[in-house]
Amino acid sequence: MRLVRLWPENSHFNFMRFRRFSFPLSAVISILTAIMLMTVGLNFGIDFKGGTLMEIQAKSGQADVAKIRGTAEGFGFGEVEVQEFGTAGEVSIRFPIQQGGEAAQAAVVQKARDTFGAEYEFRRVETVGPRVSGELVQSGTIGIVLSVIAVLFYLWFRFERELAIASIIGTLHDIVLTIGFFVITRHEFNMTSIAAILTIVGYSLNETVVVFDRTRELMRRYKTMPAEELLNLSINHTMSRTIMTATTTALSLLALVLFGGQAIQGFAQVMLYGVVICTYSAICISSPMLIYIGLRGSEAVKVPEGKAAAAE
Amino acid sequence: MLRFSKSKIIATVAIILIGLLLAVPSAMDREQRQAYLNAIPSWVPSWLVPSRAIVLGLDLQGGSHVLLEVDAQDLLRGQITLLRDDVRRILRDTRVSSQNGIQTVQRGVQIRVPEAADRERLMPRLRELAQPVGNAMLGQTGGNTIDINTTPDGVITLTYTEAGINERVRRAVDQSIEVIRRRVDATGTTEPSIQRQGADRVLVQVPGLQDPQQLKALLGETGNLEFRLLAQPGATDVDMLPMQDAGGQRVPVDRRVIAEGGDLTDAQPAFDPQTRQPIVNFRFNIRGAQRFGQATTENLGRQLAIVLDNQVISAPTIQSPITGGSGQISGSFTVEQVNNLAVLLRSGALPAKLTIVEERTVGPGLGRDSIEAGKMATYVAAIFVIIFMFATYGLFGLFANIALLVHVGLIFGLMSVLEATLTLPGIAGIVLTIGTAVDSNVLIYERIREEAHAGRSIVSAIQAGFDRAFATIVDSNSTMAIAALILFFLGSGPVRGFAVVFILGILTTVLTAVTLTRMMIALWYHWMRPKALPF
Repeated sequence: MRLVRLWPENSHFNFMRFRRFSFPLSAVISILTAIMLMTVGLNFGIDFKGGTLMEIQAKSGQADVAKIRGTAEGFGFGEVEVQEFGTAGEVSIRFPIQQGGEAAQAAVVQKARDTFGAEYEFRRVETVGPRVSGELVQSGTIGIVLSVIAVLFYLWFRFERELAIASIIGTLHDIVLTIGFFVITRHEFNMTSIAAILTIVGYSLNETVVVFDRTRELMRRYKTMPAEELLNLSINHTMSRTIMTATTTALSLLALVLFGGQAIQGFAQVMLYGVVICTYSAICISSPMLIYIGLRGSEAVKVPEGKAAAAE
Repeated sequence: MLRFSKSKIIATVAIILIGLLLAVPSAMDREQRQAYLNAIPSWVPSWLVPSRAIVLGLDLQGGSHVLLEVDAQDLLRGQITLLRDDVRRILRDTRVSSQNGIQTVQRGVQIRVPEAADRERLMPRLRELAQPVGNAMLGQTGGNTIDINTTPDGVITLTYTEAGINERVRRAVDQSIEVIRRRVDATGTTEPSIQRQGADRVLVQVPGLQDPQQLKALLGETGNLEFRLLAQPGATDVDMLPMQDAGGQRVPVDRRVIAEGGDLTDAQPAFDPQTRQPIVNFRFNIRGAQRFGQATTENLGRQLAIVLDNQVISAPTIQSPITGGSGQISGSFTVEQVNNLAVLLRSGALPAKLTIVEERTVGPGLGRDSIEAGKMATYVAAIFVIIFMFATYGLFGLFANIALLVHVGLIFGLMSVLEATLTLPGIAGIVLTIGTAVDSNVLIYERIREEAHAGRSIVSAIQAGFDRAFATIVDSNSTMAIAALILFFLGSGPVRGFAVVFILGILTTVLTAVTLTRMMIALWYHWMRPKALPF
């Protein structure tokens, strides 16, 4: 049987030269993200913004979006977002948070149930008051900050300083670019998005660690090899695995995007993007970063040449 | 040498079989599970039979999740009223008078007693009000519930301390949970889960509930019932209370309470035999019956005021003395209203108002669709990955695929034993681990391939592949574990379900991808004695 090979054996591809494109590209996207984050902002879902979200489905199978919009706007509960999704007459309606504290939110649900209840089935109703949404923002932010700190500690124990710095830059890069994805695509940002970002942090680190494990191994073996060459070698050695894992992960995420249903699609799309970004950053950001940070601590550089040659 | 001792094989297979068996109850629905449990002969000890099953989250089985918060302001208002009554009583007992009465200040009350001699009599009694915070069993946590401040000119201020208020809130949550349980149970809902969340919240989860309107109506009422009299013209000690169904019109009600909700022993919805109107029949305890009998005897012809949560819900005229200890509340009620009222009266009053701060309801239709979609995605992902692994690694890919299926089975087994909740994000987690679980196999196989290319023999390549890849596997799994653990501690509900699956997935993958695969490869080598790697 002929087996599939996604990456040739014994490759000697020069990955490091990508940095001439990848560094400016990532810098531009990061800056763009920062600017857009400050001007346009994230499209917060009700978890973080508060308010009411309803998903209703027409009992007849045919939803009249225009009519729903008109009626809902007539309620006087502020700006209403009405969107059709799926194929079976499913409509989502989003009401902003109401003035008058926690109790005021319940009136929205009641009014909508009374109005649309006859023709539509209420499949999902979620109301988040101002206090809970505030707390969710807090715990979401803490989650991301904490994960970065935890990763820092992990890397501090696990790797030499230079490798740790390069991988934390890679992880931060992936967080920024994931947030950029949310900002640019206007993808809804909610608690599940935080889960996606944290999972991406884990995956990103995973990718870098696998490459750097190899880098460290090769550093011991080829004591005088220049950083650029050494890093290229590490990536070439691990490329086969990187592609395999990225593919299997992407395949299962693809299954989620295609069949997982509307509620989980958003998460899967972000993760799919994240897998691509993490693979890219491990190869084109964290690794070449080491050329500038300096791969070897002072003691490694001092190793006499003859000894290194003997090791090979 | 690539060796796997017999005892090790037996241990590995046994652990895996037990793990998979544990998942069996979760694969059945409720009736099948019951039938299966009944079919087990009685001589088999019950701990030997896997009976626990995964709990489906509300987002998958449909239902309502309502998060309530104790209204601390409301609670404090009630506490200040109590404090005021206590201070008034003490003033009376010690025959001390406050110059400007009892003033309500923020968080407490204030009195003015300029005479030092009066203060000397008064202060010891007032100090008795300030109880230490905390449970005597658990040791004192320091500080008192009430602070007492005295200025030289005789102004005495009693205020609740932060710790005092927190303690009241904590106690109010405990009491509320009891009251809520009685109310929810009375509606006949099945398997409600009612639990404390944080310092001042109660989470009520009711599977299968489609429209939580009735539940919310029940929980939104404090349920504080009082029997009072409508005031006669010219009376001074009155409260102006709104009358139900009178367009917000307020009526004067005597401040004196004849009997209250706590004096009731029973309350049942019924129909008035004459008017066919829905009513509530109630019965007093001895104390209530006595006081009610006396009051109705003395006030024949006057109007009673039945006050629920500071609203007059009914004002019947006292036709004859009611000494039998039972009575009825009639008014313009619907059947549902009397049902709710009866439940409210039976379950007792909440210590403070509860506010709904979050509500999430999923209809059963959406839940079913989500399960179907989740299953579909799981199957498709498994098929994609299995085909891909087989196409890449051939026989070794097949080993990895067996390990993968066992891995998914073990996640279900572990979740069953832990009775963990499977949510929609949890399903996403399972699908995602299908993709990431094979990573360990990939790391090993790639390493084996490298070692073989470096000129090692097949056995030593396999051996070195496993050994060298192991450090990286531990690394790559711990990085994922970091993120998953943080998510577990910070997330709530559905998102936490994702974290649970992911953490369990990391644990099982080490067993399946490393130990199980290694065993299969070792056995394969010993049986086939291959000359080359199959990939």
